[in-house]
Amino acid sequence: MEFLGFLARRLAWSLLVLVGLSVVIFVIARVVPGDPARMALGPRASAEQVTELQEKLGLNLPLYQQYGRFIGGLAQGELGQSLLTERSVNLDIRTTFPATLELVMATVIIAFLFGVPLGVAAARWKDSWPDNLVRAFAIVAAVMPTFFIALLLQVLAGYVLQILPTTGRLPTGTEFEADITGLLIVDGLLKGQLHVVFEAMRHLLLPALALSLATMGQMARITRASMIDVSRQDYIEAARAFGVPDRVRLFKYQLRPAFVPPLTIMGLEFASLIGGAFVVELIFSWPGMAAYGIRAITQKDLNAIMGVVMVSGLFFVLVNLLIDVLVGLVDPRIRIRGRRA
Amino acid sequence: MTSLLSVQGLSVSFTTYGRTAEVLKGVSLDVPQGAQVALVGESGSGKSVTMKAIMGLLPQPPARIHAGRIMFDGRDLLTLPERERVALRGTAMSMVFQDPMSSLNPVWTIEDQLSTILKYADRRLGRDRDRRGRRARVIEVLSQVRMRDPERVAGSFPIMLSGGMRQRVLIAMALLSEPRLLIADEPGTALDVTTQAQILKLLRDLVEAQGLALLMITHNLGVVRETSNYVYVMNKGEIVEEGPTADLFAAPRQQYTRDLIAAVPRLTGRVAT
Repeated sequence: MEFLGFLARRLAWSLLVLVGLSVVIFVIARVVPGDPARMALGPRASAEQVTELQEKLGLNLPLYQQYGRFIGGLAQGELGQSLLTERSVNLDIRTTFPATLELVMATVIIAFLFGVPLGVAAARWKDSWPDNLVRAFAIVAAVMPTFFIALLLQVLAGYVLQILPTTGRLPTGTEFEADITGLLIVDGLLKGQLHVVFEAMRHLLLPALALSLATMGQMARITRASMIDVSRQDYIEAARAFGVPDRVRLFKYQLRPAFVPPLTIMGLEFASLIGGAFVVELIFSWPGMAAYGIRAITQKDLNAIMGVVMVSGLFFVLVNLLIDVLVGLVDPRIRIRGRRA
Repeated sequence: MTSLLSVQGLSVSFTTYGRTAEVLKGVSLDVPQGAQVALVGESGSGKSVTMKAIMGLLPQPPARIHAGRIMFDGRDLLTLPERERVALRGTAMSMVFQDPMSSLNPVWTIEDQLSTILKYADRRLGRDRDRRGRRARVIEVLSQVRMRDPERVAGSFPIMLSGGMRQRVLIAMALLSEPRLLIADEPGTALDVTTQAQILKLLRDLVEAQGLALLMITHNLGVVRETSNYVYVMNKGEIVEEGPTADLFAAPRQQYTRDLIAAVPRLTGRVAT
């Protein structure tokens, strides 16, 4: 019951955040110079044609009326028509979002699976070589631009070693309809087509690795700092005084209280991951939403911009809601304080 | 009477950033079987280092023990193999921690923490006890420290308990494996005086009832009077005076001891108006 109340409160807040987001993006997209109708029709279109399209899109209306139309459509789940693809934005997003989602999820899993243990190892052997190695890696990973890592991996694994595919989500000519969740790995499993799952994973590996390195370094750094912080607590010393073995102390007594900061940062990383995904999507010809969104921005494809931003925003908000729930599970203090508040 | 614990000429130095400081200079003290001994001194006198050296918790480096013996039950702890040393920790000798707010792990329940300690203590001692047996023992020690509702306390997270209750949990933790020596590091200092008095009374009752030896480490002479029959006074890394508690209070020989006694606030006399 308490949990449902917490969820309801958080959902209400999230809704508010999304409405705020929609206003900001709506205004920004329209204030930026450049006429969408002119850009869509090209330089050789006549003034009449442009005016006609402007009227059709409602661009001649006052801003608040345009926003009203947009929000009205959004409430019905209708994002309008894309000028660029001349299809409904809903359809565009439905086809591109799963690709980005699959990429981002794989990225997060890789970043977490390696980043957290690296941080634990660094904290365990603080100031000795594993620690120095992890810290150096974290800095290098943070400093190298994603596009550079992506190209490096592509050249190395794709052309030099030729062990992994470097473009797309599946080999060309693969007959497979991902019509359940849109996620190839999940749908492949659901339909029992293991070769599709295997191929999808092979295609996913390089782009996800390229996208995950910076986050992985970040996770390792935060985990390390948090573990060291906890290691200085009296309760760790107490556990030592009572003869609780190193291994148990490290994972049970130290890692769990230290787990909240990396978890929280992970939630925030999602925003930059979706942004960073566009570089990776372009380089690996990944048919994702991030690349679609960037194209929409350069072309001032207003409906598509709004659609991409709103979907990313919703995704971000939901992920962070999930993370809040996880944080409460990991640390009872947060749960209990929340109950009192 | 033979001593359960006997520290003989213990010298410890700390080296940090290339500078070495002598922290203990030939400290000797005895805790006979079943006796209640206090080690008193102000902050920085070396009493915590003495305690950590006895428990084997000194981080080395920066600390270095360069002289002395710590005899426990006829064996020198300083020359004991690490395995055997660890086996004693929390079992034959255990510690009551000072700060009830920070000495319990915030993310595990009391039962979880107590039975984890018990599980590994059992393993070291080669005792066989299953999960249910451990739970029973946890509930048992929680009742020994006079918890009204041990079952509920066992299922609680530290944040759900008051400071006094948490301090009792810390005492229960020390009692889990039937130790013979209890080292108490100023228990209750973090609590209000009424609660602290209750905690000290509880501790004394338990020690007497179970025939344990107690080494009470404190800066508070009031606590010394309450909980011990023999006192060592420590100053700047040395034992400056020792004696039966009553004698020491009646006729302190050292100026330092007299200063410490004078520093205890009196609850008698005229009230300033």
